[in-house]
Amino acid sequence: MEHYNMNLTLKVWRQPNKTSDGKFETYQVKNISSEMSFLEMFDVLNEQLVMEGRDPIAFDHDCREGICGMCSMFINGRPHGPWHATTTCQLHMRAFKDGDTIVVEPWRANGFPVIKDLVTDRTSFDRIIQAGGFISVNTGNAVDGNAIPIEKDHADASFAAAACIACGACVAACKNASASLFLSAKVAHLGLLPQGYPEKKNRVLSMVSQMDKEGFGSCTFTGACEAVCPKEISITNISRMHKDYLFAGLSSEK
Amino acid sequence: MLDAKIPAGNLEKKWDDYKSHVKLVNPANKRKLEIIIVGTGLAGASAAAALGELGYKVKAFCFQDSPRRAHSIAAQGGINAAKNYQNDGDSVFRLFYDTIKGGDYRSREANVHRLAEVSANIIDQCVAQGVPFAREYGGLLSNRSFGGTQVQRTFYAAGQTGQQLLIGAYQALERQVALGNVDMYTRHEMLELVTIDGKARGIITRNLVSGELERHFGHAVLLCSGGYGNVFYLSTNAMGSNTTAIWKAHKKGAYFGNPCYTQIHPTCIPVTGDHQSKLTLMSESLRNDGRIWVPKKQGDTRKSIDIPEEERDYYLERRYPAYGNLVPRDVASRAAKERCDAGYGVGTSRQAVFLDFAAAIQRYGKIEAGKRGLGDVDAATITLMGKEVVKEKYGNLFDMYEKITGENPYEVPMRIYPAVHYTMGGLWVDYELMTTIPGLYALGECNFSDHGANRLGASALMQGLADGYFVIPYTIGNYLADEIRVNAIPTSHPAFEEAEAKVKARIEELMNIKGSQTVESMHKRLGKIMWDKCGMARNAQGLQEAIQEIRQLKAEFWSDVKIPGTINEFNPELDKAGRVADFIELGELMCIDALERSESCGGHFREEHQTEEGEALRHDAEFMFVSAWEYQAQHQWKLHKEPLLYDVVKPTQRSYK
Amino acid sequence: MKWSHFFTSAVGRKIVMALTGLFLISFLIVHVGLNSCIFNDLPYFDHNDNGSMFNRAAHFMGASLVIRIMEIGLLAGILLHIIQGYAVEVKNRSMRSKGYQVNLGSRGSTWMSRSMALLGTLVFLYLVIHVAQFWWPSRVSHDLEKVTYNGIEMHNLYLRMYEVFQHGWVVILYLVGVAALGFHLLHGFHSAFRSIGVHNKKYLFMLKSLGYGFSIVVCLLFALMPVSMYLNWVSPFN
Repeated sequence: MEHYNMNLTLKVWRQPNKTSDGKFETYQVKNISSEMSFLEMFDVLNEQLVMEGRDPIAFDHDCREGICGMCSMFINGRPHGPWHATTTCQLHMRAFKDGDTIVVEPWRANGFPVIKDLVTDRTSFDRIIQAGGFISVNTGNAVDGNAIPIEKDHADASFAAAACIACGACVAACKNASASLFLSAKVAHLGLLPQGYPEKKNRVLSMVSQMDKEGFGSCTFTGACEAVCPKEISITNISRMHKDYLFAGLSSEK
Repeated sequence: MLDAKIPAGNLEKKWDDYKSHVKLVNPANKRKLEIIIVGTGLAGASAAAALGELGYKVKAFCFQDSPRRAHSIAAQGGINAAKNYQNDGDSVFRLFYDTIKGGDYRSREANVHRLAEVSANIIDQCVAQGVPFAREYGGLLSNRSFGGTQVQRTFYAAGQTGQQLLIGAYQALERQVALGNVDMYTRHEMLELVTIDGKARGIITRNLVSGELERHFGHAVLLCSGGYGNVFYLSTNAMGSNTTAIWKAHKKGAYFGNPCYTQIHPTCIPVTGDHQSKLTLMSESLRNDGRIWVPKKQGDTRKSIDIPEEERDYYLERRYPAYGNLVPRDVASRAAKERCDAGYGVGTSRQAVFLDFAAAIQRYGKIEAGKRGLGDVDAATITLMGKEVVKEKYGNLFDMYEKITGENPYEVPMRIYPAVHYTMGGLWVDYELMTTIPGLYALGECNFSDHGANRLGASALMQGLADGYFVIPYTIGNYLADEIRVNAIPTSHPAFEEAEAKVKARIEELMNIKGSQTVESMHKRLGKIMWDKCGMARNAQGLQEAIQEIRQLKAEFWSDVKIPGTINEFNPELDKAGRVADFIELGELMCIDALERSESCGGHFREEHQTEEGEALRHDAEFMFVSAWEYQAQHQWKLHKEPLLYDVVKPTQRSYK
Repeated sequence: MKWSHFFTSAVGRKIVMALTGLFLISFLIVHVGLNSCIFNDLPYFDHNDNGSMFNRAAHFMGASLVIRIMEIGLLAGILLHIIQGYAVEVKNRSMRSKGYQVNLGSRGSTWMSRSMALLGTLVFLYLVIHVAQFWWPSRVSHDLEKVTYNGIEMHNLYLRMYEVFQHGWVVILYLVGVAALGFHLLHGFHSAFRSIGVHNKKYLFMLKSLGYGFSIVVCLLFALMPVSMYLNWVSPFN
């Protein structure tokens, strides 16, 4: 693969803190190698800003290998940028060419308030998990790992849903800012396993209820979430979650 | 003299005996006892969940925005457990033995045996939590083999085992948060340990969003803050992984064990240029099917596909016929470095070797043709079917490689090179995981305990969860049983005042330097010194130079670093500055330790000490001990030695030939 | 879980939308089937029909008590679908107080799936006109011409249709309305099944194909009605 260097114009959302108004600022970066990752390009820009005595751009990132779910940039109108099934940190500058203008925004959703610049507060996801995204088993209670065989298809489907990294790209892309894909991935991950079965009904009801409280919308099955999910979580999980909710709600005796 | 508090008795009985006789805390008292946990990776989250379940009042802290982001999540390959589900001769003893041997006889027998004993419980616990491990068609758990062992004992969830295990622990933790047993503090960083009358009694944290300093009391403090590989700047660690929590504890009196033991992972994507911010690991599981080679001719610039079979040097298979490509990590890494240093490296940087799947694709293709009863099929079909099988097994890793390098690993061999991955060293702890400060514990990668001088693949996850789920819930009771009469100490206590004032002064000092060099640039310089002189191969001269260079760098850092912004705001540059300042001090200690240990063992390779064939040469008579360093003053440490006694295993020269 | 809570959660609202939507789809089947009786007047079938088949069918529907009662249910269904639809839309739109500079647009989702409220509004406006033109005169004000078949007197709804569809602007209005309905159904049909929990990929594929076929066939038939009258393919006068 041929390597090349490029000069770019960046339009980045700047917002000093949660309460202040933000605005876009325009920056020029030069000699960016096509081998850099998108975040390394931001490192270059930030070094430049620090040297100029300006405030560097705050952005969330940690593992830089596409698994921790921390990075979260809305790049040119798409969560995590133009590459399919890729997190921002795994996006490389090969995706761009010399002279491009790149607009970078934070996730926008009431459930994800901006903390600073491109950093948002996603603790709402933790609270949704607290509402029921677990299996109630205390340490030491477990039976042998092979005591309950699990149908491979179910184990695989459960794994596919469990691959969610809770980055929030689904919410960012959804026109309704719905957290349904995130929530349904957890409902499917645990609900498909025999170990998660006993709490299946209560789990879906209380997690949905928490999602409402956190300020996320309903799913209208546009499919945008699935299209931008870096871990390719399937939208069929949402249907499964709706089914579980329907059965749980109808059979509830309270 | 360091007392590791190893229980008496037979090795196999030690942990059982300990558990049966350890002091207990009754449930009513547990509610009154507060425990602080710093870090929420596998060790921290599992400890927080397990202790919350027991009824202790737990406060957990992490610097990320959620406990689920901790870098345990990035572990790919798997987790070992002595289940012997595959009927291939595995046992607790064999796992114990492999781990001791893999660690090059520099770990404690009792700790490692306990680790092997509880390994099976971990798998059971994780399955019960809903961790979706890979399964066979019969619905039972699947296993694979991993570097440095000859049995299949590794449980895995595709290439995301760490993620799945962490999510299991995270969910257990969040359940305790929902039940009110754990208070979770995200985007908080521990900046000081508070000790009262010699016991750990709390921490000072900084709220990374508002910049405010906070005081937190605990009857005991657990550090679960992970490894310090980022001292090398480039490593497979997350950008935020740091040594600050354990370094603060070290400077408050906790001894640092074996700081120089660093694991260099053999299969990482090579560096492309100065812009590089981190290195990405390609799971060790790839070595099950990939063959590692370099050209037989020095400085061969032909493309990989243009180099005929007979001109390729499969150097691992040549040097280590018994284990071949599956030798332990330290051995594989050094072999790669040796080839590249000798001028056989590939790629534009010449600092890489090939990891080739062409043979595996052919082999799987033929098996597949046989399975489908296709008889004689043409080569193209076999290749196609082989690629499908390889995709099934390693698809996500291949995709990741392609995203980063822009090369298609199904067509051309991967280029790989070793990179810093794990630090076996850490705070010295006794059998109960307590450091030399009473009431201060260290769990997971941040302690030194179980891996000796080299960690085997799929053992880090095992150790993190063993410490959190199955060790600390027992051992902490032994300490807290004597603390039940201690009421919560108000954080207005002078010790808290003093600790907070110290933190505040340090932050202000950093901000007031207003120099001309960025934090990042100085971190890079530290990393270069460490990698060049305290990396895969070390020698006395280089280490002595490194110590001087690091001292110089430290002086420069504290007089010329440039930190933008202010204290009372979200300021990642300031966070990073504090961490880099600690890395600089740790770097010095690592070099001192590496210099002191005048032998080669596991990940610590001193060029002066090697066999004629270039293998690590231990000096058991002089160095069969744990180096535990006590901080005394700037640039001054005192070495304490904990002798390692081998009652069961007889140390030999490791051989993987 | 309380019913009030069950139906008003993010998921519950969507279940209501889906169930009412599916109910309205079942009505469409009856409606399009009945109205297609006008095509009996095509030369290919019976050029002398002059709408008698359609008028008799319409009379049957109007005279049957069961159908009249079901009409109330239909009205309730329509109202619920509309009210809940707007409620969902308003709530969903409020979940992102600050929008994006560059939007995701069509990368990942279809235009109609994102425009259900707009399409629904168009259908609703069209429905108001449609009800005023046909349902009101035949069921409430009874100011239609009469026609007698086999001694039974009934409204000549066919004639009314013909008169209405002699105006070009009405025909265009109807075509726009029917197109809106078509796009609404293209997404609504399979989405309704997803909302009530069909997640099996095999069935979803079937339902999606069925939904596309249904939307196209039904809307084509509806569209042909004003067109064929305007172009005099069918007419009460031949």
